[in-house]
Amino acid sequence: MAGGLDGRGVGHLVIHGHSPVHRLAPETKVVSTFAFVICVALTPREQMWAFGVHAAVALSIVALAGLPARVVLARLAVIIPFLTFAALVPFVAGGEEIEVLGIGLSRDGLWGAWNVAAKASIGATASIILSATTSVPEILRALTRLRVPKVLVSIMAFMMRYLDLLVDQLGRMRTSMTARCHDPRWLWQAKPIASSAGALFVRSYERGERVHQAMLSRGFTGTMPDLEEQATPGGDWARAALPPVVALAVLLAAVML
Amino acid sequence: MSCTTIQVADLRFTYPGAHDSVLDGLSVSIGEGERVALLGPNGSGKTTFVLHLNGLLSLQSGTIRIGDLDMTDANLPEIRRRVGAVFQDADDQLFMQSVRDDVSFGPANLGVPRGDLDGVVERALDQVGAMPLIDRTPHHLSGGEKRRVAIATVLAMEPHALVLDEPTSGLDPVGRRELAELLAGLPQTQLVVTHDLPFALQTCPRSMIVSGGKVVADGPTREVLADAELLAANRLELPYGFDVSAL
Repeated sequence: MAGGLDGRGVGHLVIHGHSPVHRLAPETKVVSTFAFVICVALTPREQMWAFGVHAAVALSIVALAGLPARVVLARLAVIIPFLTFAALVPFVAGGEEIEVLGIGLSRDGLWGAWNVAAKASIGATASIILSATTSVPEILRALTRLRVPKVLVSIMAFMMRYLDLLVDQLGRMRTSMTARCHDPRWLWQAKPIASSAGALFVRSYERGERVHQAMLSRGFTGTMPDLEEQATPGGDWARAALPPVVALAVLLAAVML
Repeated sequence: MSCTTIQVADLRFTYPGAHDSVLDGLSVSIGEGERVALLGPNGSGKTTFVLHLNGLLSLQSGTIRIGDLDMTDANLPEIRRRVGAVFQDADDQLFMQSVRDDVSFGPANLGVPRGDLDGVVERALDQVGAMPLIDRTPHHLSGGEKRRVAIATVLAMEPHALVLDEPTSGLDPVGRRELAELLAGLPQTQLVVTHDLPFALQTCPRSMIVSGGKVVADGPTREVLADAELLAANRLELPYGFDVSAL
């Protein structure tokens, strides 16, 4: 799997630690990450210095959380497709052209590419920090406390719970294909892959039915029970607000200047 | 009549669209505190029967009584509390993000106040010896651990009877022995649905054989398993080298 998952599933995204970032209440981290990313996304692309500040904020949180730079860089690989797309923009966009190393490039396109590259990498770093310091169950609990509709949280929870199982199952199917000398290299060899995707869908559907029966037999009536309600420490909100507040200040300055 | 009896009479069931009936006049009576094995080959209707005991398949014909309650829609919540079903694939039963949440699920649905949940969960996990697993993710448990936690998820609802569907499937020999010891130590009435004959002998004094959707034999496990002709007629077989009379 891409993005440094190493095929070991979502449960392994967390890098255990006891940093101040790890210890923050998860709901404060979720809100903070969201607000920070919004501020970054709204920052005008011409204000390069602003992105410097945003990046510095993100990097200092990486350092504060004690996340290994190598891991963060490896996980940043998920944005490579976006960067590839961004790199094409200067060649195909229209408008005023400037010459770089003898090649005519669109000025607008260059700004567009920079815009995508800067915002994607800073935004992705922010989500990497969140996912590396907060476990999936914590994030789900945070969403519940943030009053995200329970149905949505339940859907996400089930997806997370069964994603690993599904990936395992897919892996076993591929192993059994390889064991019978299936070595797909070309598009016209895709048929077994397609049919195994179909089989996987049917199996997942059947599992869904069995899980539902297991839930009914334990008294499920259509709404997930509230399992806990802890007050969020007020100090955590204040600490978690710091990065988005800085980002907001930078955003305002960048818009005014 | 005591609360823990399972009384099933003339149960018949055909899956929608199917031609043949899966259950064809199945009758079972289990007394309080009994441990009974329900034996039968694949496709004999065992799992369909388990789903009936929890009201997960609606009655087409016949009657089911759990203690003093008839299987009706109004009684379903109480029947599901009284009969704890442990399904064949523990991954179906453990659907939450942590063992703690999973064991809390049943009692929370029953309306146990949030403040008491921790105590209920810890007691249930303690009963199956799985307390150290409380904060683990179900996906990362071993087969034996998953099975024990699955049993804890129903024990937390304080059931009168446990119905276990193929509890030994996927367990290694040690996990199997530990499960047998665990079941022997639980006070509930137990119906163990299995085709693992030695396990039935180890855990259940009484056995029934289901074939073609009805009970074809009912008696002390040792006698049922000693009848080689009866077993062969119902596609059941003791493992190679296993001799009931030598035990």
